[in-house]
Formats: sequence, structure tokens, C-alpha cells
Amino acid sequence: MGDYQQRVILAKLGLDGHDRGIKVVARILRDAGMEVIYLGLRQTAASIVAAAEEEDADAIGLSMHNAGHLTLGPKMASALSAAGMDIPLIIGGIVPDEDVEELMSAGIAAVLGPGASAEEVVATVQNAISARDEA
Amino acid sequence: MTSSSDSSIELFESAVKGERRSLGRLLTSIERGGNEAEIIAGLAHQVSGNTHVVGITGAPGSGKSTLTGRLLKLFSEAGDKLAVLAVDPSSPLTGGAILGDRIRMDDLAGEESFIRSMATRGHSGGLALAVPAAIQLFDAAGYEPVIIETVGVGQVEVDVAGAADTTVVVVTPGMGDAVQANKAGLLEVADIFVVNKSDRPGANDARRDLELMLDLGHVSGLEQITGYRPPIIMANSLDGTGAEEVLDAIKSHEEYLHNSGTIHTRQKERLVKEVQNRIELLIGLTADGVLKSELGNRHITQVLDRKISPAEAAKSIVGSLLKN
Repeated sequence: MGDYQQRVILAKLGLDGHDRGIKVVARILRDAGMEVIYLGLRQTAASIVAAAEEEDADAIGLSMHNAGHLTLGPKMASALSAAGMDIPLIIGGIVPDEDVEELMSAGIAAVLGPGASAEEVVATVQNAISARDEA
Repeated sequence: MTSSSDSSIELFESAVKGERRSLGRLLTSIERGGNEAEIIAGLAHQVSGNTHVVGITGAPGSGKSTLTGRLLKLFSEAGDKLAVLAVDPSSPLTGGAILGDRIRMDDLAGEESFIRSMATRGHSGGLALAVPAAIQLFDAAGYEPVIIETVGVGQVEVDVAGAADTTVVVVTPGMGDAVQANKAGLLEVADIFVVNKSDRPGANDARRDLELMLDLGHVSGLEQITGYRPPIIMANSLDGTGAEEVLDAIKSHEEYLHNSGTIHTRQKERLVKEVQNRIELLIGLTADGVLKSELGNRHITQVLDRKISPAEAAKSIVGSLLKN
């Protein structure tokens, strides 16, 4: 865990309006002392890359509840690497266990499911950030 | 300084050339404060002083971000490359923050514009130093205008918005009667008033109360001293009503500042305030150090024993500091 103020972008990609979960995660991260830049609904890979540049984000969290994760997750990861940005990308939401490996090999840093506790959410984000910092 | 400040200089050069990610990283350094922030602010200061700074403030939920989003669209459409600094409060308990202003702006922002969210953070004077430095950095990178959006609660936030060239205060219907409007504070720093959510009941009452408040400034002579009467604009930022009038009012206020020469006074006041804030911060840091030193302990013991008063202790400590 770094000794600086961590800034995390939270967003939902595309046509997925289920935003209860992402709001809960925003609050969990805030209460863990992080700064959450909340982008909300209907973002595109391009708008998230632009926000990450302007906000100098340390991590990006995507919330996915419409079974689009196998398409949109890797798309987001490649948009970031195409922009030359080394920022850990974490997916939270409804992701079947058998899809996790495919996402990880596509460059997603971590996947958080519906059972994750507040402590797990915070630890996952912090670990992803420190893994990037140490790399 | 070592390699990190070398990289700050490189980042600064590339930010001035339009590299957005460099600008993003410099803003982070400025927020963190310390030596690195001072070096960056120093570089930016040399080439700044050109942009027009617009402060937008008002109570939480009054529609500042939505209005800012509308202005972003209008300025961008007019070909301006503008920057927005959206300030939101940090939690006093955990230091965390949810910075949610972008959701009301993103759709409306032009590709050339730059939005940055900033948390107030706890450390004393932090915001008061970071905001002017960020303005200078945007200025150096060629952004014009620079819009600062802050919640109008807390002295620092009001100071920050009040230090703009043009300060827009957003109010909503139901904020209180004419007596509230005459209390000193936020309303006094306004160059432009916006009554937002003007489709709601009470919007005309709010306008009347503001007019009355301004009329009393005419009676008391305040208007003569300032030589300017702020316009009141009815707006509904959800559908965009009134946004163009706000834009026009900002432009005519800018014209007024230049024609009357007031712009120089404002810019000078802002720089004087920044020097003052930095002096206070330096003295505050020195005071923290002294309190933990042998000299500090000796005085505090005497205060605890009721031998000298806190005021006498403070004077004596400052006296011996100034001698050194």
C-alpha cells in the first residue's frame, strides 16, 4: 500500500443501468480513505481513458451486470494499453467463475464477485495498485 | 533537487505542449504539496497571468456541476479550450472522498477541454495552495477560461471561489427569506447570481429577495464603492435554460473588469492572498516544530502550571523565533 492518496475511477461501460453495486463500492472505497472519481453510467472506453488521463487515476473499477464482461472487459484493457497507460483494471459484478481466467489473461488485474466483503474490495484495489507500483 | 524534479520539469514542458497525461500527473504533484509542488507552481507562475478565472459556487445540490456542464458545452462550441477544476469535500473521518462532478459534465465536454476533480483533503491550507497552483498550471498550458467549482460552505471554499476574476453564485428557490440574503458571506462575493431550478415554486421570490438585497447595497453606498451591480439570471440547468445568459454575463463581466482596470486589482489580490497563505503555512509548520522542541515544552509546562497565559507563551515563542 502506497503512502500517497489513492485515486480510483469507478464507471459502468455501455448499456448497463444496474448501479446499486457500484455505488456501494464507491462508499466502501471512500470509507477506506481513497478518493473515488465517480463517472457513473453509459461510459465508453474512450471516455474512461480520457478521464484516467485527466484525473491521473491509480486504478479503474468497472461494474458489469449485463453479461458483457467478456467483450467489454478486454476492450477496455486494450484501450488502456493502446493509450500507453499502465493502470490496473478491476471488474466487479456478475462474472461466472469460468470467465475469470479469460479476463485475467486479457489483462484484467482482478475480478470481484457479489459475495466480496468490504475488506476484500479494499484489499483487492490496494493490492492491484501496489503490484503496479512495484512493477 | 534530484531526478524527481527533473522529471517535473520534463512533465511541465510536455504539458505546455498539450500532452494531457503530463498535465494530469503534475496536478497530482500539486495536490500532494511539498517541494515538488512548489517547483511546478514556480514554473507555471512565470508564464501565467493570462487566463480568465471563473468561480462557480453555491450550496450542495444547487446545480453548480450541471450549470458548469452547460457552460463547458457553450464555451467548447465557441471554440474555447477550457479547464474545469471541480472541488468536492473530503471525509474528515477517513480522508476519502467521492468526487462525482464529472457525471454532470462528461457528455457535454468538448474534446479539447480538461476536467479535473479535486478533494479538499484535510491538511491545513492545502486547498488554498493547491487551487491557485492548479489555475496557474492550466493557464500555462493554454486553457482559457479556467472554471473553479466549489461548494460554498467553509471559509476556504468561499475564499477560493471569491478569488476568481468572475464569481458566479448559484442559489435555488427556498433558500430563505430576504433577511438570509442580507447576511454577510457567500452572497457578497458574487459578480453574477444564478437562480437555478427556476421552474420550481418560489423562484421569483428568490429573485426578488436578491434584487432587494442589491437595492440595499445601493442605499448603503456599497454599490458606489464597488461600482458594479451583479446581474441575476434565472436558469434551469437541467434543460439548459439560461445557460447562454450566464455565458454572456461572464463575458460582459470580463469586459467590465478590463475596461475599468479592476482586473489588475483582482489579479494582484489573488497573488497577495497566495503569498499570505504560503506565509501562514510556513509559520504554521514552524510552529508545529517549535511546539515539540525544548523551547516549546518549557513554555507549555509554564502554561499548564498557570504561571503564564497561552497568549504570553505564544508571544514569547514567536519573539525568540524571529530573533533567530
